[in-house]
Amino acid sequence: MAERTPWSLSGALRGMFAKKTIDADTWDDLEDALLQADFGPTVTEAVITDLHAKVARYNTTDPVDLQRMLREGIEERLSVLDSTLTLSERPAVVLVVGVNGVGKTTTIGKFAKFLHTYGRSVVIGAADTFRAGAVEQLSTWAERAGAQIVKPQMTGQDPASVAFQTVEKAKNEGIEIVLIDTAGRLQTKGGLMDELTKIRRVVEKQGPIAEVLLVLDATTGQNGLAQAEAFIEHAGVTGLVLTKLDGSARGGFVLAVQEKTGIPIKLVGQGEGINDLTGFTPHVFAQKLVG
Amino acid sequence: MATFGNLSDRLAETFKNLRTKGKLSAADVDGTVREIRRALLDADVALEVVKDFTGKVRERALGDEVSKALNPAQQVVQIVNDELVTILGGQQRRLEFAKKPPTIIMLAGLQGAGKTTLAGKLAKWLAKDGHTPLLVAADLQRPNAVTQLEVVARQAGVAVYAPEPGNGVGDPVKVARDGVKYALQKVHDVVIVDTAGRLGVDAELMKQAANIRKAINPDEVLFVIDAMIGQDAVATAKAFQDGVDFTGVVLTKLDGDARGGAALSVASLTGRPIMFASTGEGLDDFEPFHPDRMAGRILDLGDILTLIEQAQGAFDEDEARKVAEKFATDTFTLDDFLGQMQQLRNMGSIKKMMSMLPGAGAMKAQLDNFDEREIVRTEAIIQSMTKLERTTPKLLNGSRRMRIARGSGSSVTEVNQLVQRFEQAAKMMKTVAKGGMPNIPGMGPIPGAGYGGKPKVQQKKKGSKSGNPAKRAAENAAIASGVKPAGETMRADAGGSGFGLGSGAQPGRGKAGGPTEDEMAALQKMLGR
Repeated sequence: MAERTPWSLSGALRGMFAKKTIDADTWDDLEDALLQADFGPTVTEAVITDLHAKVARYNTTDPVDLQRMLREGIEERLSVLDSTLTLSERPAVVLVVGVNGVGKTTTIGKFAKFLHTYGRSVVIGAADTFRAGAVEQLSTWAERAGAQIVKPQMTGQDPASVAFQTVEKAKNEGIEIVLIDTAGRLQTKGGLMDELTKIRRVVEKQGPIAEVLLVLDATTGQNGLAQAEAFIEHAGVTGLVLTKLDGSARGGFVLAVQEKTGIPIKLVGQGEGINDLTGFTPHVFAQKLVG
Repeated sequence: MATFGNLSDRLAETFKNLRTKGKLSAADVDGTVREIRRALLDADVALEVVKDFTGKVRERALGDEVSKALNPAQQVVQIVNDELVTILGGQQRRLEFAKKPPTIIMLAGLQGAGKTTLAGKLAKWLAKDGHTPLLVAADLQRPNAVTQLEVVARQAGVAVYAPEPGNGVGDPVKVARDGVKYALQKVHDVVIVDTAGRLGVDAELMKQAANIRKAINPDEVLFVIDAMIGQDAVATAKAFQDGVDFTGVVLTKLDGDARGGAALSVASLTGRPIMFASTGEGLDDFEPFHPDRMAGRILDLGDILTLIEQAQGAFDEDEARKVAEKFATDTFTLDDFLGQMQQLRNMGSIKKMMSMLPGAGAMKAQLDNFDEREIVRTEAIIQSMTKLERTTPKLLNGSRRMRIARGSGSSVTEVNQLVQRFEQAAKMMKTVAKGGMPNIPGMGPIPGAGYGGKPKVQQKKKGSKSGNPAKRAAENAAIASGVKPAGETMRADAGGSGFGLGSGAQPGRGKAGGPTEDEMAALQKMLGR
């Protein structure tokens, strides 16, 4: 793979933290940097006010202290919530939802592989019966990840029935984990959101759903919050997955999402390779973000 | 398509405070500019663009043109509008076709921006115009992208060239080159090359995209970007400009509630025009992008021009003239009523249409409640009538109405309501056709709602030519609030409200939430420019 610029604020912040003292420019630069990382005006203001207070309290003028405080502040905000996946049910059913093109199918492929490496048996339900080629894309991933797959018997089949069959298969064959892919939908489409509620309801007839993961694209801006709120309402999201962090986007909006909704980030996707999916650790995230 | 609805709402809120003031102080301007800045940042407009934008607005707002203006608040709205239009790039640009076919169009963008879907939409759109597009599957990266393109091509009814199975196998540069050759042989006049999604920071893949560009020498390179993108739009757009030097931009997923700040950012930072907008999952949800109209949308001026175009496409002019005649001669029947309703449905989703009207931001909630199936029900009722009943509604007595209700699966009350609505509409239309003024009970003035056909376009352009600004504003306001100049017939198509749908589809128009005369005057002034 080609050399990649790491996704972090460090570039933007380097000049600022290299200075000797904290002055008005430092604050302006910091604000700009946070805004450019998609933190959004509200969170940016909150972070800056918080830092102003801390700098005053500790009576420091050293930018290095400021950097440390910023990192700790972000880490603190992120680690309020527990980011462990609960997959103790058998079968543990995981529903993956999100808007179009955020990387749901790819995430499922990687997640299946991730679970496979830990010796778990996995079956994938291809309930994205809408998008052309989605089922084929998913079967390629399933093959790579060594997972089984349940495909719709015909095109345009009701996604809820595919989901149902997948869970049924897992129960009959004693497969430990069920991953269900759904079609991408914009959160403003009422009918499609109701379809999601239906899938959830149908699956729940066979037992509880372990996790509903909402996939968010790191390049998304402040619209990410609207997405999260709609999907929480209709699908009962329990965790977030942040994808495409290998690009130049910093995904600062997740901070706002996590704080406003109280849903933790659980997984992070950082590339197109099958192994580029990791669990979320606030410490590492903040470290990479701030440098 | 209330794309920028949220941004419009924010600015409207800001300007509300300004409107009450007679004179602007520097502090007022600063406060407003701060609000604009926040609104733009919330809308994901890139920081550099925001700074630049607010700087210009502030400078102009403090200048003479504002302090000397009759109404400073209007002047600020005007300045914001001007600057938005400047950034968005003024006029719309069309696709450039090669002198010697085939015209080659290459698509590039991030993963998940919607390139493959867009390829299908573009192909279908071109095919409708009599072109014979060929889709070339050069995305060999994503699993089964090739299959997806094949399916999309089949849905759009166009040819596809996919020699490689994809999934990491094959050389995209070679596929693209061969695709162009293939098009020459098979006499396709447009070639659309779908490429793999790539990140701006991925040097290797960017190089590959540049190689594809070199190999096929496209007439247009379209950069496909998701309307939901945040601040990263800057870095991504610049990377793609350096990498493949795109000639135009396509904005996708505009049907969501993203505030679409990316449109502003990309246009402003790269100087490349936004050419198309993609507004839904169907292959027909695709339209040329009109930058000058987008500014109007941001300020919630509505998108009347697009509405008119759609209406013109759907309404048969001859048909309209015939109906207008019928009104005048009192032979308007339920059959005509039904025909009109069906034409209205052709125009596409009514909700979509409604949201293009000025001030629609405020009625978004009501729009969501409006049930389009209402039309289907009405259709069912009319279709359950006999031919005779449709031409002479007077025949409809109690037992006939009962039969119709049973036949259409509705209740007698509903049939009664329909007949009543029809009679009202017929009466109203007759008055209008004779040059009078319709009086629609309980509806209040409906600015914009009546603009359905050609005559109205002319009227828009005309506006008031009065030299006195106050008088001009007042006259324009009069036009806007539905007072039609004498002699201008409303034509059948203009009377959508006559179907009785108006009361359901346009609630809140006459309420306090609607624009005041003052606001309308300001808007009209801008539109009339």
